[in-house]
Amino acid sequence: MPDFIAQWLDQNEIFTAMTIMEYWNGLVNTVQLVFLSLVIGLVFAIPLAILRTSKNPLVSGPVWLYTYLFRGTPLLIQLYIIYYGIAQIPGIQETFWWEIFREPFYPALLAFALNTCAYTTEIIRGAIVSTPAGEIEAAKAYGMNWWLRMRRIVLPSAARRAVQAYSNEVIFMLHSSAIASVVTIVDLTGAARNIYSRFYAPFDAFIFVALLYMALTFILVFAFRKLENHLLRHQRPVGS
Amino acid sequence: MKKLIVAASCALAMAAGTVQAKDWKEIRLAFDVPYEPFEYRDENGELTGFEVELAEAMCEELKAECEFVIQAWDGMIPGLLARKYDAIFSSMSITEERAERVLFSEPYYITPGGWFARDGFSADVTSKEEMEGKVIGVQRGTTMDTHATEEFGGIATIKRYTTAEDMVLDLEGQRLDVVFVDYPVGEQTILSQEGFKEVGKPVKLGQGVAVAMRKRDKDLANKVNAALKKLKNDGTYDAIMQKYFNYDIKI
Repeated sequence: MPDFIAQWLDQNEIFTAMTIMEYWNGLVNTVQLVFLSLVIGLVFAIPLAILRTSKNPLVSGPVWLYTYLFRGTPLLIQLYIIYYGIAQIPGIQETFWWEIFREPFYPALLAFALNTCAYTTEIIRGAIVSTPAGEIEAAKAYGMNWWLRMRRIVLPSAARRAVQAYSNEVIFMLHSSAIASVVTIVDLTGAARNIYSRFYAPFDAFIFVALLYMALTFILVFAFRKLENHLLRHQRPVGS
Repeated sequence: MKKLIVAASCALAMAAGTVQAKDWKEIRLAFDVPYEPFEYRDENGELTGFEVELAEAMCEELKAECEFVIQAWDGMIPGLLARKYDAIFSSMSITEERAERVLFSEPYYITPGGWFARDGFSADVTSKEEMEGKVIGVQRGTTMDTHATEEFGGIATIKRYTTAEDMVLDLEGQRLDVVFVDYPVGEQTILSQEGFKEVGKPVKLGQGVAVAMRKRDKDLANKVNAALKKLKNDGTYDAIMQKYFNYDIKI
């Protein structure tokens, strides 16, 4: 370790083992929350996106309404409604649901998953709609049924077109998760707020947490670059 | 010549300012209105409240003409330093950060922290054993937060909220077992509803609220301290306090 860093660590009063542990717990909470909500969101977004492209308005209509509602309102409001709304349902405290929704983690996970699922649905829908008609005609000419066509032609090519937009959604989700601290979850931002209010040191507390978010973002960007290279390797010039 | 006149008039103005400031027969006091029950306007539009009455009593004690200035909270200390008024009499808690910029008198009141819970709550809030595993709500960064963290950190779960409203909602929604909050806030928002009660005794925390003055006005601070001390001892303070509060805020 360079001398000046060691010296600074010795002098400062804020970054003690205790606060570093608080940041670490915050990091674990943030990563858990974002990762789980993204996985849940993606798993539900694929079938919803297919339904959304249906020509039958009774099928596509409800999905449209869902994405419209969740993309049309701020995530903070959704989180408030779910977190405080659930506690207002009469009698919920006596049911087993309360074991789950008493802790702030699950209401937040529900809000984040619903929100990211709505955005991901629209991203995938856009990719599906823009599948070149020729590919589908060719698949039909081969005698593929709807399911086989979807699995072999439409979804793989849609995935290639969706991945760049989806990487943005993932990064936005990481940054949006900062609002989890308003419902008492001690995520990265929550840890920074606690440390700020304990030491009256806004710059130290928030700059450190900003660096942690940047490090997380860097990892995501790197992973998505690898994924893009893998999915779009057929577009590279021959021999490179 | 012109320069000389400007310089002379400046010197004169400064001298006049010093003379006026030294005898303290006129004091301008700043309040942030409304902050019930400390300072607010009654039905007739007259300024009243605990701090207003205490300030009036203090001015009488000092035999000074007091002018009350209304100032919004965020410009309170800058306004004092810009000499818009001579003292802040507006529920300003003593903190180290503020003490670097202003001169505080002796504290004249302190609002205790109170423990509030739903009717079924029975644990003793001073006992570490009985509070084990309980969920306590506090407002982040308050003296109540520090106290609860010191007493029950690692024993009970402490949840920190930005606003008191959010915290009260979670107490109603049974996510919290008990909250530890500024007593007046708890009295207004929690005790006013059915099904809630106060548990344990109010706890006086922090250094209290004091009159804030410019650092150079040490003579004014001495006068203010002497007057406040007299009011606290001769019963005037208690009489005013009992008009507005049914609990003790004296320090």
